[in-house]
Amino acid sequence: MTLAEPIAATVSSASVPLHRTLGLTDGELDAIRDRLGRDPNDLELAMFSVMWSEHCSYKSSRPLLRTLPTAGAGVVAGPGENAGVVSIGDGLAVAFKVESHNHPSSVEPYQGAATGVGGILRDIFTMGARPIAVLDALRFGDPAAARTRHLVDGVVRGVGGYGNCVGVPTVGGELVFDPSYGGNPLVNVMAIGLLEERHLTRAAAPGPGNVAILFGSATGRDGIGGASVLASATFGEDDPAKRPSVQVGDPFAEKLLIEASLELIEGGLVEGLQDLGAAGITCAASETADRAGTGMAIDLGAIPRREPGMEPFEVMISESQERMLAIVRPERVAAVAAVCERWGLPWASIGLVTADGDVTVSDAGRELARIPAAALTSNAIVHDRLAAPPARRRAAPAPGAPEAAGDQLPERGMDPGAVLLALVGSPNLASRRPVFEQYDSTVGTATVAGPGHGAAVLRVRGTTKALVATTDANATVGAFDPWLGAALSVAEATRNVSITGARPLGVTNCLNFGDPTRPEAFWQLSEAVRGLGDACRAMGLPVTGGNVSLFNESASGAILPTPEIGVVGLLDDVATLVGPAFVQAGDQIVLVGEAGPGLAGSEYARLAGSASEDGPPALDLATEVALQAFIREAISRRLVASAQDVSGGGLAVALAEAAMWGDLGAHVRIPIASSPAVDLFGESPSRIVLSAGPQASAGVLALAREHDLPAELIGTVGGDRLVIELAGAGATGAAEERGSGVADSIDVSLADLRHTWDHGLSRSLGWDR
Amino acid sequence: MTRIGVVVFPGSNCDRDTLAGVELAGGEAVALWHEQASLEGVSAVILPGGFAYGDYLRAGVIARFSPIMRAVSAFAADGGLVLGICNGFQVIAEAGLVPGALLRNRGLRFLGRDVHIATDRVDTPFTSMVEAGRPLRMPIAHGEGCYFADPATLDELERDGQVLFRYVTSAGATVADGDAAANPNGSLRAIAGVLNAAGNVAGLMPHPERASERVLGSDDGLAILRSFVDAASRASQSGPATDAAALAGAGAAS
Repeated sequence: MTLAEPIAATVSSASVPLHRTLGLTDGELDAIRDRLGRDPNDLELAMFSVMWSEHCSYKSSRPLLRTLPTAGAGVVAGPGENAGVVSIGDGLAVAFKVESHNHPSSVEPYQGAATGVGGILRDIFTMGARPIAVLDALRFGDPAAARTRHLVDGVVRGVGGYGNCVGVPTVGGELVFDPSYGGNPLVNVMAIGLLEERHLTRAAAPGPGNVAILFGSATGRDGIGGASVLASATFGEDDPAKRPSVQVGDPFAEKLLIEASLELIEGGLVEGLQDLGAAGITCAASETADRAGTGMAIDLGAIPRREPGMEPFEVMISESQERMLAIVRPERVAAVAAVCERWGLPWASIGLVTADGDVTVSDAGRELARIPAAALTSNAIVHDRLAAPPARRRAAPAPGAPEAAGDQLPERGMDPGAVLLALVGSPNLASRRPVFEQYDSTVGTATVAGPGHGAAVLRVRGTTKALVATTDANATVGAFDPWLGAALSVAEATRNVSITGARPLGVTNCLNFGDPTRPEAFWQLSEAVRGLGDACRAMGLPVTGGNVSLFNESASGAILPTPEIGVVGLLDDVATLVGPAFVQAGDQIVLVGEAGPGLAGSEYARLAGSASEDGPPALDLATEVALQAFIREAISRRLVASAQDVSGGGLAVALAEAAMWGDLGAHVRIPIASSPAVDLFGESPSRIVLSAGPQASAGVLALAREHDLPAELIGTVGGDRLVIELAGAGATGAAEERGSGVADSIDVSLADLRHTWDHGLSRSLGWDR
Repeated sequence: MTRIGVVVFPGSNCDRDTLAGVELAGGEAVALWHEQASLEGVSAVILPGGFAYGDYLRAGVIARFSPIMRAVSAFAADGGLVLGICNGFQVIAEAGLVPGALLRNRGLRFLGRDVHIATDRVDTPFTSMVEAGRPLRMPIAHGEGCYFADPATLDELERDGQVLFRYVTSAGATVADGDAAANPNGSLRAIAGVLNAAGNVAGLMPHPERASERVLGSDDGLAILRSFVDAASRASQSGPATDAAALAGAGAAS
């Protein structure tokens, strides 16, 4: 029997060569022939097609990713492993990684998101770490669109349905709406795990003669070609036809897999452990073998299946979820089996580690495939893609936005308080409670600060320490300048960690971009990687791992270039934790850093439309580094009562959040340097608004001067209203016209702010009806 | 030290939290595997939260048939102290150890958030150390937490003092069933926890073990766990499990 027929019958249409049907180009077929020294057979071609997919091989991005800084203090495992691992002292280490499940979620939102959570959790416990938290960064199109609402509902239920059941709390993330994601939502999931360093486990297959044990769910026909069909191609009209390529999640099986895997690791029973994700057994066998410089002989008949009649290629590339591959010494197979059986997990010896460096697939003694492991992984094809900046940088106002310049708003007669309320209630800034309430954020009894108010904080049981985690991505600025977008994303994510008092440990990333064969899209990717690297080098932070998701395009166009950044930080003493909310009436409010021009990419611009000549704000990495060093030192000296960074919605929204969350008003007076819109609502980076006791504020100001940072006392905490007066030459407004010299103030009640903030998201998604 | 068993079903995910909570409350926590038929002589048993056996069919419906549940039912029938938290409450309701059922939340969505509960009685083995009149703040995290029983049963529960906890406002004010802010899952009569008729088995949907340390935002739940450990310790000192029933019965009668 030849393989061509069943493969063709399953995935191909007539008269197109098989390799093209599988997503390989003619050039790639030639490269496969070079590596094999012969023509591949159909099974081998199927294995190459998934392993050489963009998703598995990073064939477009690999040359770029090599430029990233990966070394750093405490890094125990970096890129190339399933997750980055950084030591946190006391013999403990933290594992973390972010990964995308964009395309499956677009086709089938519930299962796509659910298996996204499942996949990243497996990456964590494969390292020997117990997963302790998930953060999900979600991006969708217009919240009023029916398709967006369908996707939001399905994705949120999927994240919750999986995470809640496996008992890993969802403690943070993002939810962003932008029209560019309408045809191609982004579902990026970050997971964090905690391990004893001595249990660090590699996804390698050392020791010829060792046994490859597959445990967990049986192998079925779900997720055939997920990596190649879904993850590595642009979407078209036939998306519903791709549903069979979406995997189906079983969180109960995952929960058992977590417990069994950790028990195997803690018992010292495995030499290596790898989860099965994209490209299934083919990927697990070739990657573990290649990492150890060995080979693996797979016995196809030994692989437990969900249904009879599966073709060899289906078994080898199936992405059935909740499966693990353990490399086990022969004398420990019985002990491994006992653990699996105790947890009710099917297991099977499916092969042996070999010394020849090849992955082979045999059935009943007949060899069906033989491929050097390296050819599938470390020696997979790499493309030098063409990068070219767009002929004209995009500087158009947001669709539907007024043509008139917006950076002078609030204009005469316009109430800046109304602008603030509109921002606070807007889909991207309103409370995320209606979403995160559908997640279990407290299971595990480690959640000190869950979703809703800045970075997530997780205590480390048995120590005084806490981990602080956040995700951030600035895609709107990235649309103007992808270098800047990525650098700003790193700056904001690390700042969100630093303002709690924690020291960032490392950066993980998920780069969501368009079709890399388009020179403009590849330029965006390469610029973003450069920005990521520059920012991390400036911060002295290692990139410990990540994921690249390309082909994020649909009939309506490409997404905004979205460099999702995940950061984990370490707080030595959780008792020193500082939050973003005001804590005490009478405390003084200090603004550190100063507003710079540039409203493009801001939420204010989304609302008001930006001036066509306006650009995004600038980032000075040295200032950002100084700012974060300052706030960490100020917090460690116990000078700070609350600290909030100025980001989405600008200073006015930062103040509103600190006030709402602390249930304490504030009265501040802001000097206007350029325009009220820039000072109130601009999103230029490297700014913190903090509160400090009356005795401490002088120390805060002095410390800021030591760090060469502008800092100003701008007001006082208290009352039940947020009052922001504008002062200075740039002020505009009716009050100034009257000759008072003081612009119109913002003066809104906390109750109004909170009502608007609370209901904004439900209203925009139609959940309030 | 008093040994408290915490049942571990495949799919339990609050077992570790509950074991830790018992230790914080001064007990010695013992994990009891679902396949075992013996309770290993523990003084009391907690069924923790999670998704026992995946709960794909209906929460708790499979767990009630597990070997350990036969032992738990016999222990309860003999007067032993049993506490079901969240999924554990669902399991003991399915097993008929406490009256009523837990239906899907009124909004048909999973809900994870803080609630406030009032303690209707502070004279039980589960609440003796709870300060009377003070609302307790702790998280809920469930998809099926809407307490339901027919009106006659509800009237009986009220009459016999079997309502243990009710959802209230943060100020402790009672609320109607439809008050989604305070009673988010829509439980009838805002019931968050109940006792069996003998007073030795209780279940509640909120998670006291997640509110047992100040660093986690609340330690209000510790009073419940301490009460339970204390009652278990007195029951074990005074002899066989039937004495626990006497203690519980005395509480119910007072």
